[in-house]
Amino acid sequence: MHPKHDVDALIVKMADELTATVQSLPLDDVLMIGIHTGGVWVAERLHQLLNLPLPLGTLDISFYRDDFSRIGMNPQVKPSALPVAVDGKHIILVDDILHTGRTIRAAMNEIFDYGRPASIRLAVLGERRGRELPIQPDVVGAHLSLESHEHVKLLGPDRLSWSVVRTP
Amino acid sequence: MIAPNIQLDPQGRLRHLLTIEGLKRQMLIEILDAAESFTTVAGQAVKKVPLLRGKAIVNLFFESSTRTLTTFELAAKRLSADVLKVNVGTSATNKGESLLDMLRNLEAMHCDMFVVRHAESGAAHFIASKVAPHISVINAGDGRHAHPTQALLDIFTIRRHKKEFAPLTVAIVGDIMHSRVARSQIHALTTLGVSELRVVAPKTLIPSHASSLGVHVYHDLTEGIRDADVVITLRLQKERMESAQLPSEHEYFRQYGLTPEKLRAAKPDAIVMHPGPINRGVEMSSEVADGPQSVILEQVTNGIAVRMAVMSMVLGRAPEGTV
Repeated sequence: MHPKHDVDALIVKMADELTATVQSLPLDDVLMIGIHTGGVWVAERLHQLLNLPLPLGTLDISFYRDDFSRIGMNPQVKPSALPVAVDGKHIILVDDILHTGRTIRAAMNEIFDYGRPASIRLAVLGERRGRELPIQPDVVGAHLSLESHEHVKLLGPDRLSWSVVRTP
Repeated sequence: MIAPNIQLDPQGRLRHLLTIEGLKRQMLIEILDAAESFTTVAGQAVKKVPLLRGKAIVNLFFESSTRTLTTFELAAKRLSADVLKVNVGTSATNKGESLLDMLRNLEAMHCDMFVVRHAESGAAHFIASKVAPHISVINAGDGRHAHPTQALLDIFTIRRHKKEFAPLTVAIVGDIMHSRVARSQIHALTTLGVSELRVVAPKTLIPSHASSLGVHVYHDLTEGIRDADVVITLRLQKERMESAQLPSEHEYFRQYGLTPEKLRAAKPDAIVMHPGPINRGVEMSSEVADGPQSVILEQVTNGIAVRMAVMSMVLGRAPEGTV
């Protein structure tokens, strides 16, 4: 498939798939966390569709990246905001694109510095080949076929859409 | 005076932090924004991020300090850096050569950053001009010259309470003459474009060139803080003072000590700041220091996030040619 999908329709489909998961968990312990920036936009919509009682958390993984010494400090870093303690929570981690898996590793490291969650699930809007770590999503909006020189970016926050960038 | 330019690398990024002078507004805002993100680390169960893992930071304090040294150390540790403190006596004679030898030794141990405090103005610049290319220097206070991280944590604290700098009237009260903090604050606040910046002190504690720095000079406390949004009081630097400059602490408090009554001249929501350590009953009364308008302990807390921001920006520059 190619990233021409209607993003909003994909999010509705993801919410449908997540409903069963959420219903199997104690609702008051389900904490959704979006990863800045695109993951937060997707999470905001999912959070609303699923009508979760706990407020949405946001994570900026800039301080946990494994390439800090290579690419340096991210000047656009945003504060992470977890509204409740993560201890014992069933976390649904949301990101826009799952590619190498390194962002998710960084996000999980950060979450564990806040406490010990009961479980973590991963929901992503788009998934593409190229995993460098043993990390797989639980819920996927779309599987994207992209060449290695193609990069996909989610544009937002008002109307969400894909943008494919080709690097030479 | 001292050339501030050596603190930027060829791409205009912060390599050392030696002085606020010469830093662009955009750079100050970038530091404040990064510091804002680091404030959340203190709320984590594990108060640490792995950003500077494997980096070695040396605190070189040639002059005594509690707050600054502790918060620099804590900031470095919360970034997962290894921190060492070199005990250097203030009485070290023959400074020039032995200092350089010490630097060479620390470089040989593969250290990445020196945090320097020294009683002589220009000490951090001197060290920065001598270190190996991969080493960064942060000025933690040099003589009467500059204390850039203190000024940054002060403007950070102001921004958290007042949002915008443009409409603010800020009064700096006290020993402007001997204060490196005041100098750095003046550079920061003028760069950020506050509406009005005042200095308030007896004639003997204000340098003659003060008005050339773009500040309004007042000698009366009530007039000086009238309708101010921010009142910054400074410590009387008795150790840097000649005896004739001050009548007595009692007399100073009578004229310039901040009390709840005098503070009424400022705006009702004015915040009161002090870089510490406070001389209670000299620069301000305990009622003010511990009162609802005081943000003095917030300044201490904010100092950690601000120092984390500066350290990670300086050590987190991408290698040249990769951006």
